[in-house]
Amino acid sequence: MMANLLEHMGMEKDRVQFSWISSAEATKFAAVAREVAQSVEALGPNTKLVKGSD
Amino acid sequence: MESYTEQIRALAVDLLKSGQVDVVIGYRRGTVPMATVPFLARTQKQAQELVWDSHCTLNLANYLTNRQEKIGIVAKGCDSRNIVNHIVENKIKREQLHIIGVPCKGMVNPKELQALFKDEIISCTEAADTLTIASAQAEVKVEREDHLRDNCALCTHRNPVIYDDLVGETVTEPVLEDPFKDVNAIEAMDTDTKWNYFDDLLKGCIRCYACRNACPLCYCPTCFVDESNPQWVGKGQNDTDIKTFHLLRAYHCAGRCTDCGACEAACPMDIHVRAFTRKLVKDSKELFGWEAGLDISKRPPLDTFAPDDPNDFIK
Repeated sequence: MMANLLEHMGMEKDRVQFSWISSAEATKFAAVAREVAQSVEALGPNTKLVKGSD
Repeated sequence: MESYTEQIRALAVDLLKSGQVDVVIGYRRGTVPMATVPFLARTQKQAQELVWDSHCTLNLANYLTNRQEKIGIVAKGCDSRNIVNHIVENKIKREQLHIIGVPCKGMVNPKELQALFKDEIISCTEAADTLTIASAQAEVKVEREDHLRDNCALCTHRNPVIYDDLVGETVTEPVLEDPFKDVNAIEAMDTDTKWNYFDDLLKGCIRCYACRNACPLCYCPTCFVDESNPQWVGKGQNDTDIKTFHLLRAYHCAGRCTDCGACEAACPMDIHVRAFTRKLVKDSKELFGWEAGLDISKRPPLDTFAPDDPNDFIK
């Protein structure tokens, strides 16, 4: 619901992502981190809910 | 609705006289026309000041938190749902309460009525469903139905869900064609339009926290905005801080909000604060099939775990 509310307020959908990774799942962690980094890079720098940007 | 007032007074007097309760929480007339204020009647004489009309906009469940005495409380549909919330969240015991349920026909929006006049309204009386409003220069008769507050027009729980005495007859619950039209309209916007919509919405916010104080859900001893160590959010008029406050305050009401509209009734700047909570009301319904405050035996969805909880958002 938090993700939905943020999206409702106008945050980009990919800006906030959720995952559940066990400490034993190193490969999943690396894969998710890479994926998140790529999708956030694609969105460009965040200006929303950042102090000093308004 | 005048007979409601008489019945509420009679019930309150009986309760106080018999010692069943120590205090009756209700409304009394405010100092300006078209306003009521929450009132705690402790004597039979004070009980004669209780009123009921189309301006009982605040939520009385707000005054129950952690009280120890025996309490009689006047409750319309939304108040009763917030009383259920309070009981479920252990903020009051059911045994402490004597609930005077009032089937609600909706409360009017005073700002909308003021807009019908050029000068200040000096009186408002009502008979059945018609309100007679007068200023120094004009007198207008309006139907209550036509000038309901937004949340009252969208309400489908007008009858109290829990009560010991019922004042008057139950009313028919309306069936809405599209209860979340307002939320859908925002959802249809693109990302930046949404962002700007909420920016504009909060332009007037002066951080007075009236919305929080009027909200029966906001009973934390220290609100996150008042904490200074750690300080979660800045305390000034910075746009980001203002938006953070409204976002988080709304989220704290997820799965608990009954859309009673007390936040908007209290807002001195006429901010449509419900734009945030409405989305949560919609999601609660669609994701969890949940409407807050209907059942004393169920815990709110974000407070429990079920194997079939929606989890598509987790990678």
